[in-house]
Amino acid sequence: MSAEFSTLTAPQVPLASPHAHAGGGVSAVMLKVMLALVPATLFGFWLYGWPAVHLWLITLLFSVFGEAFALRLMGRHALPALKDGSALLTGWLLALSLPPWAPWWIGALGGLFATIVAKQIFGGLGQNLFNPAMVARVALLISFPVPMTQWIAPLPLGSAGAPDFLQGLQITLTGMDTWPQLDAVASASLLGHAKTELSRGIDLLRSLVGEQAPAMSYVGLRAGSLGETAAWLIAGGGIALILMGVISWHIPVAMLAGIALPALASHAADPARYLDAAAHLLSGGAMLGAFFIATDYVTSPNTRLGQLLFGFGCGLLTWTIRTWGGYPEGVAFAVLLMNALTPAIDRLVKPRIYGRDRKGKPIEPPESP
Amino acid sequence: MGLIEKFLSLLESAHWGVHPHDHKRPAADAPLRTLPLPARLYVPLQQHIGAAARPVVLVGQTVLKGQLLAEAQGATSAAIHAPTSGKVKAIGEITAPHPSGLALPAVTIESDGDDRWAHGCDPDAAVDPFSLPPHEVAQRVAAAGVVGLGGATFPSALKLGLGLRAKIHTLILNGGECEPYLSCDDRLMRDCAAEIVDGIRIMLHATGARKALVGIEDNKPEAIAAMSAAAQGFPEVAVKAVPARYPMGSEKHLFSELTGMEVPADGRTTDLGALVHNVGTAWAVHQALRKGRPLVERIVTVNGGMIDAPGNVRVPVGTLVEEVLAFVGMKNEIARLVMGGPMMGNLLPHARVPVVKGTSGILALTPAEAAGFESGPCIRCSSCVRACPVGLLPLEMSARIAAGDLNGAVDLGLKDCIACGCCAFVCPSHIPLVQFFNHAKGELAAQGRAQLRAESTKRLAAARTERIEREAREKAAAAARRKAERDAAKAAAAKLAQEASQQEPAPTEAVS
Amino acid sequence: MLAAILSLTLLGILFGFGLGVAAKKFHVEADARVAEIEALMPGSNCGQCGFPGCAGAAAAISAGDATVTICPPGGKALATALAAKLGVELDLSGVSDEGPKIASIAEEICIGCCRCIKECPTDAIVGAAKQIHAVLREACTGCGNCIDRCPTEAVKMMPVPVTLQHWVWPKPQIEPSWA
Repeated sequence: MSAEFSTLTAPQVPLASPHAHAGGGVSAVMLKVMLALVPATLFGFWLYGWPAVHLWLITLLFSVFGEAFALRLMGRHALPALKDGSALLTGWLLALSLPPWAPWWIGALGGLFATIVAKQIFGGLGQNLFNPAMVARVALLISFPVPMTQWIAPLPLGSAGAPDFLQGLQITLTGMDTWPQLDAVASASLLGHAKTELSRGIDLLRSLVGEQAPAMSYVGLRAGSLGETAAWLIAGGGIALILMGVISWHIPVAMLAGIALPALASHAADPARYLDAAAHLLSGGAMLGAFFIATDYVTSPNTRLGQLLFGFGCGLLTWTIRTWGGYPEGVAFAVLLMNALTPAIDRLVKPRIYGRDRKGKPIEPPESP
Repeated sequence: MGLIEKFLSLLESAHWGVHPHDHKRPAADAPLRTLPLPARLYVPLQQHIGAAARPVVLVGQTVLKGQLLAEAQGATSAAIHAPTSGKVKAIGEITAPHPSGLALPAVTIESDGDDRWAHGCDPDAAVDPFSLPPHEVAQRVAAAGVVGLGGATFPSALKLGLGLRAKIHTLILNGGECEPYLSCDDRLMRDCAAEIVDGIRIMLHATGARKALVGIEDNKPEAIAAMSAAAQGFPEVAVKAVPARYPMGSEKHLFSELTGMEVPADGRTTDLGALVHNVGTAWAVHQALRKGRPLVERIVTVNGGMIDAPGNVRVPVGTLVEEVLAFVGMKNEIARLVMGGPMMGNLLPHARVPVVKGTSGILALTPAEAAGFESGPCIRCSSCVRACPVGLLPLEMSARIAAGDLNGAVDLGLKDCIACGCCAFVCPSHIPLVQFFNHAKGELAAQGRAQLRAESTKRLAAARTERIEREAREKAAAAARRKAERDAAKAAAAKLAQEASQQEPAPTEAVS
Repeated sequence: MLAAILSLTLLGILFGFGLGVAAKKFHVEADARVAEIEALMPGSNCGQCGFPGCAGAAAAISAGDATVTICPPGGKALATALAAKLGVELDLSGVSDEGPKIASIAEEICIGCCRCIKECPTDAIVGAAKQIHAVLREACTGCGNCIDRCPTEAVKMMPVPVTLQHWVWPKPQIEPSWA
């Protein structure tokens, strides 16, 4: 009898239930998020050509390198931590928020900054207070305002005048200033254009025409970052994530509402001064921020109500910064500001416990019939 | 406030729990089998939550099936009966079906192969339970050693008595069986529906409740049909389908699902006029009252990827798990042996542990089925918060416990945790959340015991100090008295001598 | 200028008043703390800490002359409680982690001399002259005072046996970097 079951072995330490798992792990989650980013990224590659591809690659490479370097510095094995894919995803999100023709060192510095300073110094995965990709983006924007605000007009792969692989490499490695036809392609993003023209006294009714007409933005053919142009593809990827159950709808919906509601109201009041809601939602990092940045597990609240508050706060701050702030785009700042509020939200907003009221006191038993 | 409250509850309601793959079929559909009588049975004396029962048999004594082996000791204890006829081989210890691998006191019975029922365990001898007063029914349930068969193994008679005292109006029968893999209740409801309904009616009589609600998850249509058919002639027994969702079988959650009410955190369902029993318990009550048979066997689901022929087996209490596994046959190499369901069951240290009254299933899980051991850092994805059926923050609680801040975890609601395992089931980082909570609960209980012990030590030390002081006082008093007496005697003697020198001698005082 | 001086003076008065009120309101008697600590101690006055009884140890801990881990019978549980009460960092490395121990008397060696009985601070040893002595498990604090008194070395400290009722789930062993 016993010989037949000699292989009945229990682990050395007693393990508690459950003895089943829903399946999937951290790396599966990261993989799904990256898959959701693929369509928008490919569209961006096509729209801005080889320099965008090179910059994307470099950013990812340096993000992963930064993570591995920090882990080795702490005397830990890098491979298990790298396998979760979080560094790759951070790099990817950062790459999507950069000007596509930015020089290589922007991507490299950003990638290193995101994983080393914004993530590993805080204690690694799960410990960082702020979204690493947004910390890196803001650090780059403040340190290097010029390359971080040089946008180009769409120059699809294969179209006349588009740089080939080697020319693309040259642009990425030596900067876009060396590209002879720069003046032909340099452009401004819609939000930047609107802000500049407003500051020059030209109202929106006159400035948003031609190439800068909002209609051009809606289909995605306009200047901007990889994660900005194809707003519909980003939103599609985000909705796919919601359907897969990777993220919940609360943060994206609340954040988009936080942008759209004040935009609707202000645009109705003065269309010459305030952009309409659609332009707000489809430009800048609104979609990327709502579906991929603000929904970052680590830096967002845990409860549904907390997530609604957090998302709405992100949206409202984004609209405020865009409308009255010094920078044309405010998603990164808004998300970072709300990241700082996340611990407070988590402290204040807690789910109601079964059999207790919101203060934690046992509920009164109802009068039995 | 009302509107905000409504919005908040809308945000949180109907989201609790998880939907694990149930793995119930084909085991649930396989016909019930009966285990061939094992040669030896190891009957633990503690198959209930209270203190171990006290043996009333001697080594070497011959016992009949259903004969009392050990009587209840204390309030939440239950009687233990012989699962078959034979000889008491030993009264010793057996490894408990518990992850600690610690021992339980047990009576070893060598079967004589006749499986002969004791005198009195006879359907013809049973009286009509409805002619008995309710407390008499509860007494007979207690005498039959019936405990809650859902897994909590609380003595059923106590609960019936509680129901009588608390003036309950509704009896809720838990046929939820929300644990994946398990189908013992499903099988019982399909095969013994009439007996269960009879047991329910006896329990209604014993508690004075007016109606009974049988809650069955809607993934068991056959059981719902069988129970509905059996309850046809009895309007007081209603069968309700409830959505299949884990942990629907949790007492408070099933109660809320069926009645729409919520049990206060410091109360029980009886405070709201309802008593929850498992359907298997109703069957055991029927057996005890109608047939005079104590609880000596039960239906056990044997399931899992390593089992050749998964299904449900009638097993005498005290059978070794390895005998049950040998009966159903199994493939090689086992990752995990679990007693109970995969969500809340106990990891077994090995297969030489006995089946007890609360054993609903024996699972032999493959590495792929069992949760992996490797855990990583928390990414604060809040999957656990969404899954928690109680509304806790498992990630925050486990972080506190990992840092050694047990009271912080209590402040976050650790005491409300029902250890259902939803949080660890969904955790993408595979953090052993339930083990953190088990550890903290055990550690807090140990601290409580230490506190009680310290108080009793203090009393003992104070009593000793007092005693020593009292003895010293008494000694001093005695010494003082003696001294006084001596002085008096001396004085008297001196006086006497003086007087003697003057007059005649006086009688001497006795010194004690 | 005048406004600044005035407002600063006013602020100073205000804060000073606040501090004064707080100092009065939240004033803690040092003796109260000693009493509270003493209430936590085992109270058997076994003397293993080197101070005269539990009251002496409590005074020493309160004054900072002794660490919270000073009491062997109190063990980890007491050290944790004291650390929480005093708000100090707890270093458990010095506390033995073998779990609680109690005295046990080897029946075949005991000669019934009664010396240990006299020594026991909690009257946990029962027996009479020329009779074998026994330790009451529930009353023994494990102070170990009886060991040296025994002329035949019949008293030994034995770990309290773990039972199913007292078993505690071990804390999950996870990577310390994120624990």
